[in-house]
Amino acid sequence: MSRVSSKMALAVKCSDTFNADACMHCGVCTAVCPMGIEMLPRKLFRYVQIGLEDKVKENISTIYSCLLCGMCAENCPAEVNIADNVRFLRKYINENEFNLS
Amino acid sequence: MPLPTKDILGILADNLNQRKSVLPISSAAATRWAKGLDLPKGGKTVLYTGHLYQLIPIIDAMSGQMAKFEDSALTKYFGLGRNVNKFINMTFFMGMMASKDEQKDYDRMLRNIALLLKKADVDFGYLYGEELYSGALVYDEGVDGSFAKHAQRVADMFKKNGVEKIITVDPHTTHTLRTVFPEFVKGFDIEVKSYLEVLAESGIEPTNQITDDLSLHDSCVYARHENVVEQPRALLAKTGAKVNEPRLCGKNTHCCGGPLESLFPSESHRIAGNRVEQLKEAGGSIATMCPICLVSLRKAAKGSVKVNDLSDTLAKAYGV
Ligand code: SF4
Ligand code: SF4
Repeated sequence: MSRVSSKMALAVKCSDTFNADACMHCGVCTAVCPMGIEMLPRKLFRYVQIGLEDKVKENISTIYSCLLCGMCAENCPAEVNIADNVRFLRKYINENEFNLS
Repeated sequence: MPLPTKDILGILADNLNQRKSVLPISSAAATRWAKGLDLPKGGKTVLYTGHLYQLIPIIDAMSGQMAKFEDSALTKYFGLGRNVNKFINMTFFMGMMASKDEQKDYDRMLRNIALLLKKADVDFGYLYGEELYSGALVYDEGVDGSFAKHAQRVADMFKKNGVEKIITVDPHTTHTLRTVFPEFVKGFDIEVKSYLEVLAESGIEPTNQITDDLSLHDSCVYARHENVVEQPRALLAKTGAKVNEPRLCGKNTHCCGGPLESLFPSESHRIAGNRVEQLKEAGGSIATMCPICLVSLRKAAKGSVKVNDLSDTLAKAYGV
C-alpha cells in the first residue's frame, strides 16, 4: 500500500511552478529524451499530484538524472514545462528528505 | 552504488553558503585570464565571466576522481567529505591538481571574447576579484534557499559597482542572470546579453576569410531558453567558414551530457558519446559555445575529432 502524503499534495497545489495538468500522456517527451527517462512526467508527475510520496521517493535518482535540457518541453504538444517541474521536485526532496535548502 | 546525491549537493550548497561559490577558486585563478588586457575596473557595462570557464580545469580534475568513486564502496565516505569540507576548502586541493595547459586553454577563450568585444568597439570593464560565481548549479539542483541568498549577493555586487549592462560569456550564466535572477531578486533589472548577441548586433566585420569546416553544437540553454541560435551563425556566415548542421540542431539540439557530470558521471559520458557521433556525421571539427559542452564533448571524442570553443574560430576570422 502506498502512503498518500497530504503535505506533498498540498505543496504541489500551492506551487506556481509545478504544473503538469495539461499532460495528455502522448509519450513524446520520453521519445525525444536523450536520457530515455520514461517516468517523467507521465507517471512521476501523476504520483506527485495525487500525493504518493513513497512512489516519488523510489524515483529520487530519476529526478536528479534529468539534464534539464528542455528537449521534452520543446516537443510537448501540451506545453508542459517539464524541467521546471523537475526542479520543483528536487526542491521538495532537498528540503524534506535531505535537509537542504 | 551511485554517487550519493545528498552529500554531493550538501558540499555544493555548503560551499555556496560559506565561500560564495559551489567550487571556490582563488581570485588569482579567476582573474588570471585578464592579465595584460588593461580592462578598466568596473564601469556601467561589465564583462561578467561567472567563473565557469575558469572552473572547468578544476571540475575536470575533480570529475576524474569522482568517476572512480561511482559504483565503488568508497561512496559512503562522501558524507565524511562533506564534514571535512566545512572546515577545509577541498576545491583548493583539486585546484592544485588541475592541468596548467588546460587552464591556459580556457583562459585563452576568455581573452578571445574580451578582445572580440574590444574590436567591436564595445565599451566595457571587468570586476576582477570582486566578481562572484552566478549560483547556476545550485539553482539547477533545486537548492533554492541557498541560491536565493547567493543571487542577492551577486545582485548587490553589481549594484554597488553601478553596473547597468552585463555581458556574459556562457549560456548557463546568461540564463541564470537574465531569466532566473528576476524571479529571485526583487527589482533586478540589469540588462543581460551574451557576447554572441553583443557581437552580432555590433556589425563587426571579419579581417580574414577562413576555410574552417565546422560541425556546430548548439547549447540547450542558449537555444531553448535564451533564444541564442541565429547570432553565432550570423557571425560565422561572414567568415567564409563552412558550417555543417547536425541532425539535431538549433531549438532541437541534443544535450552534451555535461549537467550530469557531478552526480552521474557514467550516464553523462554516455550522452556525450551519442552527441559526438551526431556531430561527426555532420562533418568537420566540432565548435561549441559553452565551456561545459566543450569539456564534455572533448572527453567523449577522445581525440577522434577536434572540439573547439567558437571563440577560437571567431578570434581567428575577426583578427584578434
Ligand atoms: S510530451 Fe507533454 S503531453 Fe506528451 S506525455 Fe510528455 S508531458 Fe505529457
Ligand atoms: S529535460 Fe530531462 S526529461 Fe526532458 S528531455 Fe531533457 S533529460 Fe529528458
